[in-house]
Amino acid sequence: MKKAAKVLSLVLVLAMVVGCFAACGSKDAEGGKQGKVLNIYCWNEEFKQRLEALYPGYTKDEKDANKGKIGDVTVVWNITANEGMAYQNKLDEALKNQKDAKADDKVDLFLIEADYALKYVEPNVSMSLKDLGINVSKDLANQYKYTQDIVTDSKGNLKGASWQGCPAGLIYRTDIAEEVLGTSDVDKVQEAVKDWASFEATAAKMQEKGYAMVAGFDDSYRVFSNNVTSAWVDADKNVVVDKRIWDWVDQTKKFTDNNYNLKDSLWGEGPWKEGFFLTGKTFCYFGPAWFIDFCMNCTEPGSVGEAGKWHITVGPEGFFWGGTWVCAATGTDNSELVKDIILKMTADTDTLVKLAEKFSDFVNDKPAMEKLAADSKIGNKYLGGQNLYGVLAEGANKISIKYASAYDQGCNENFQACMKEYFLGNATFEEALEAFKQKIKTAYPDVKVDKIAR
Amino acid sequence: MNETVKKHSKLGRDKWGYIFLIPFFVVFLVFSFYPLIQTIYFSFFDHYFSQTDFDYVNEYVGLKNYKELFSAGTARLFFNTMILWVMGFVPQILVSLLLASWFANNRLRIRAAGFFKAVIYLPNLIMAIAFGMMFFTMFSRSGPVHQIFEYFGMSKDYDLFFHIAPTRSLIAFINFIMWFGNTTILLMAGIMGINESLFEAAEVDGASQFQVFRKITLPILKPILVYVLITSLIGGIQMYDVPEVVTKGSGMPMNKDIFSTNVPAAETVIMRLAQYISKSKNYGAAGALSVMLLFITGILSFVVYKFMAKDEE
Repeated sequence: MKKAAKVLSLVLVLAMVVGCFAACGSKDAEGGKQGKVLNIYCWNEEFKQRLEALYPGYTKDEKDANKGKIGDVTVVWNITANEGMAYQNKLDEALKNQKDAKADDKVDLFLIEADYALKYVEPNVSMSLKDLGINVSKDLANQYKYTQDIVTDSKGNLKGASWQGCPAGLIYRTDIAEEVLGTSDVDKVQEAVKDWASFEATAAKMQEKGYAMVAGFDDSYRVFSNNVTSAWVDADKNVVVDKRIWDWVDQTKKFTDNNYNLKDSLWGEGPWKEGFFLTGKTFCYFGPAWFIDFCMNCTEPGSVGEAGKWHITVGPEGFFWGGTWVCAATGTDNSELVKDIILKMTADTDTLVKLAEKFSDFVNDKPAMEKLAADSKIGNKYLGGQNLYGVLAEGANKISIKYASAYDQGCNENFQACMKEYFLGNATFEEALEAFKQKIKTAYPDVKVDKIAR
Repeated sequence: MNETVKKHSKLGRDKWGYIFLIPFFVVFLVFSFYPLIQTIYFSFFDHYFSQTDFDYVNEYVGLKNYKELFSAGTARLFFNTMILWVMGFVPQILVSLLLASWFANNRLRIRAAGFFKAVIYLPNLIMAIAFGMMFFTMFSRSGPVHQIFEYFGMSKDYDLFFHIAPTRSLIAFINFIMWFGNTTILLMAGIMGINESLFEAAEVDGASQFQVFRKITLPILKPILVYVLITSLIGGIQMYDVPEVVTKGSGMPMNKDIFSTNVPAAETVIMRLAQYISKSKNYGAAGALSVMLLFITGILSFVVYKFMAKDEE
């Protein structure tokens, strides 16, 4: 008992002493202009790996994988997995308490994805880059326009920046192209899929020969949804379904009824995945560079990628898929470091070229990418040696994102899930639409669904 | 003299009884009772995280959340949940009764009974989510079970998860597999508690095995059966993980029958609750649904209990 009391008192004393030092530390921080701790919120190791590898003066903490140092500032990585909104919930809580948080606990940098970018861009939780001291038109001139559109608020303030672009294209099988279209040449295949009418005509040809144009219902969804002419939710908080989204419904219904697709869903384990192998029956997929490298099972024996039989072309419309944006949190006590990180990691050509070399990112620097696109030595082995940067750089210039809302993620997910029932014939169009309204009302209590109609 | 001392020490022991109860009550008050009160409180509010204002909306709205539950197809969610539960529970109780009476019957001399008891209990130790994922993969179009079905003539394009009956059956089957072992052990405990001489007496009187089961085992087992039924019913109403995983959170396929059509066939009450919370943290609507759930669980338990207790008298 006595021993326990001794240990306890020792622990208490230690806690007090340590607490004292901690207090001293934060006093220093208040004395100086800048904080001592840089808190970064993100959902995986992607940005961490890039910062560790390329930010000058960054040293890893050998003992704690979630810490590092830049000069005398400690970098703390707050990594929460994306699944089930866990990351957003964590970030929301932190940003909501930002004002009252201690200097060392304040969020300084946080990362976001396109699907919910506006949720953090529109309210005053992210800083305008202009207020950080970044000259947008000069410092960020090399960036692709669409990467800035996504993180621009309704007043025109740019509130984030990305080191990468994720322009995507139509990835097709050369062996099937040769059999059905008589050629696998990129320009000639592009001619066969240059708009949606041609795309459909090609799909009919594929079906005659026993192939499917696409694997699933929602393969082409992003291509349509990236090119909408209105946002999911208007200024009066009415949910509106854009004409281009209806186009997707019409096309997919037709494709399903005519067996132009294989009735699977995105990321499906069935025909959708089988299409990555030579035994599959799918002609094309829509995707960016990371899709080829990480999702198409290209390293596995028997896969189309391993045989080098994929090729990429621009497709019917330009679109992008994925990407990560870096935002400065309002109330950060490390504004100078934050500014420098954003500039170095997203706008410094040397760093970006190294990023492209080291991580094969499609980096957010037009001149650099154009140079890579012209380099005949660069070839992707899964694409039979094709240099995909040329196609993607062309696609990147075509992307225009003007219409987004904070509700996009839920609207997109639920719309696809409900319309699938219509495609399958489990529900009529009206019933599927009613189900969609119900799902939206459940997900977002503050929007109105009465105006959803065709 | 001796008497008073005894009385005294008894009182002293009583005091310790109360002291040992304190941890439970503290935990109960903080983690169960307070959230319960808060849930009821929030159910009268518009309380959710606004996507555009980045803060919680908090507004008293009276019974609005409850009224909206009726237009949101909630009755249908309860119907779905009960269907899924019944489809799993009926085979579960039948198989468990059979297994329990076999295991408890000394005359059968089942070899390695301990091993089999462990095996049938094992599925309960695996997480429902892992179970759901495994079955989803096995029965999906590229899965091994699907290939076996193909051998027996099912089309390669037929996706079980596009149709209501297979989806519901699979969910019920997973729940059955997970819980029949647990129920068997409970029922076995009940059967082994029955005085052996009753069975012997019945046998001497020439009763058949089935008569013994019907006239002796079942009536004496009734309290245990009531317990199993009530706990399974309450668990069933709270069914979430298996249908969530099997339908990837959507509850689809959609239903086409006489009921309202805008509620998916495998969406359960708790799945809706999760949807309320996942995007907008809508604690108002979720609270109203929870309160409704509390009432229905309470009423059902009460009805079942009274029904069984009346028989006993």
